[in-house]
Amino acid sequence: MTELIVTKDMDAPGIDTLEGYRQHGGYSALEKALKEYLPDDLVEMVKKSGLRGRGGAGFPTGMKWSFLAKNDKKRYLCCNCDESEPGTFKDRMIMEKNPHMLVEGVIITSYACRVSTAFIYVRGELELAGLQVARAIEEAYAAGYIGKNILGSDFSLDVIMHRGAGAYICGEESALMESLEGRRGYPRLKPPFPAAIGLYGGPTVINNCETLATIPAIVKNGADWYASFGTEKSKGTRIFCLSGHVKKPGNYELPLGTPLRTLIYDEQYGGGILGDKQLKAIIPGGSSTFILGSDKVDTPLDFEAIAAAGSMLGSGGVIVINEDTCIVDAVLRMTEFYRDESCGKCTPCREGTYWLTEILHRIEEGHGREKDIDLLLDVCDNISGKSFCPLGDAATSSITSSIKLFREEYETHVREGRCPFKERTQPEHPEAGVQTLQAGAR
Amino acid sequence: MISDKARQRMRDLANRYPVARSAVMPALYIAQQEEGYISQAALEAVAEVLNLTVDDVESVATFYTMYYQQPPGKKVIKVCTSISCYLRNCDALVEQLEKRLGVKRGETTPDGNYTLMTTECLASCGTAPVLQVNNKFVENLTPEMIDALVDEWNRELSAEKAAQGMPQVVAEETAPRQA
Repeated sequence: MTELIVTKDMDAPGIDTLEGYRQHGGYSALEKALKEYLPDDLVEMVKKSGLRGRGGAGFPTGMKWSFLAKNDKKRYLCCNCDESEPGTFKDRMIMEKNPHMLVEGVIITSYACRVSTAFIYVRGELELAGLQVARAIEEAYAAGYIGKNILGSDFSLDVIMHRGAGAYICGEESALMESLEGRRGYPRLKPPFPAAIGLYGGPTVINNCETLATIPAIVKNGADWYASFGTEKSKGTRIFCLSGHVKKPGNYELPLGTPLRTLIYDEQYGGGILGDKQLKAIIPGGSSTFILGSDKVDTPLDFEAIAAAGSMLGSGGVIVINEDTCIVDAVLRMTEFYRDESCGKCTPCREGTYWLTEILHRIEEGHGREKDIDLLLDVCDNISGKSFCPLGDAATSSITSSIKLFREEYETHVREGRCPFKERTQPEHPEAGVQTLQAGAR
Repeated sequence: MISDKARQRMRDLANRYPVARSAVMPALYIAQQEEGYISQAALEAVAEVLNLTVDDVESVATFYTMYYQQPPGKKVIKVCTSISCYLRNCDALVEQLEKRLGVKRGETTPDGNYTLMTTECLASCGTAPVLQVNNKFVENLTPEMIDALVDEWNRELSAEKAAQGMPQVVAEETAPRQA
């Protein structure tokens, strides 16, 4: 069994209470941070640990912190707990089961970044997660871990839990800030980046839930200890969310660089493909990342190797697809998500995602034309990189990669005028069917 | 009508944030809790407390799907239909629910008991397929489990009605069994 960092005490009874968390060494990292380190030392420590963002982009966390504009404006921290990338369910687990670990990470990060007001933006649908985080914040205030002069230091902090209300786009950092400011969740044009001009115009650091939940362990055990896990460029462990056609779906924390095959087939983890079917495809980092073929099953799960294989590690949501799945229908389902969640601000994304679903739908229903496959690629090309935020780009990933890998399957749909994975539709009148059969027999 | 107590909670929230406007989302939740949905009164109360125009508040309320524009049923059923649940046959759950409740997705039963919705990934892919009933998760579902679930919800609704001193309605009447 490999060493666990973020999920170590996740299932310990009572860990979600202040007392329970303290019994497992909780808030000792905060004490250590405040007593032994200056804020800049902590930024250096996190840089040295090699920790990279666990939300999707994988940007080095310490580097992000050091980019904060040095001016006299008030700084803010936003912890992004708006988990909604299809295939991802780790942040919900952290918030529901061990909310104090997240809160401790938020406090230490605020100290390191000289922030005096931090927000934890929790997805609206995750009601229990939001309640757990809110309670943990309350308990931390009462215990003196949040508030004025924390643990006798001159560091003071306010932490506010802000509940989203059903908009995937608010997981995009600039839309998240708009939402926090009380507006529709429309992304902002970048630059300026949040580190320069962010929430309420102040320099703002935005980190994912799992990223910040990792901070206490790094402070407690040191940068070198954390960097001893994982690979040269992808350090540490991360939670992989395994879902789809596997026998044992779930969250598994593994060192970066663990092969996909281990995660999917090892008895300790996925336990193999559901019903012992053949593996068809893998989506390695949530539905926004490129689909990989089954030949890539030995790829190590680290940022570089997955990129070299043609995709992205994204949010760590590994979706496994078996041989019985129609790739066109699966891609249609993923594309519908982006059509519904496009905020509508930028035309290429708003109109493009609509047309992508229309075309995919007609191919899946057997009304597709030969040129529709290239039309899909053309629409993708007209969306990609042409909007304020990456949502539109994300919508094209599954389409372009699936056409590359499974073009023949698209062509079969068009040629045969039906989905080869669906049973032939029954004729409306049973007698008609019988007659056809008889005619065929003759 | 939005109570004075609710208005006070909104004012307290407005003071908690660095900028009062940031309280518009939590304030809308408070208003919705009282009204059941984002009514005109809800919009007006939030606008008044936060010193915004009603249109401005409405522009926020209509962006986020969790603010209901119409009164929802007593039990709001949200079935996740995103990719991981799709791979685990969530569509069969939706069909079974449509049959049992006698409404299509997006609709509310005429008796106001149920609203059936499909929703985007609920961060529960490891326990797919899943649904939420009034924001509480029910995980690892099969179509067979749907019948028992609906029966349980019907019993809960009848019990609520009885507790309110109303004549008890046989739950089966409101949601005919068609399967």
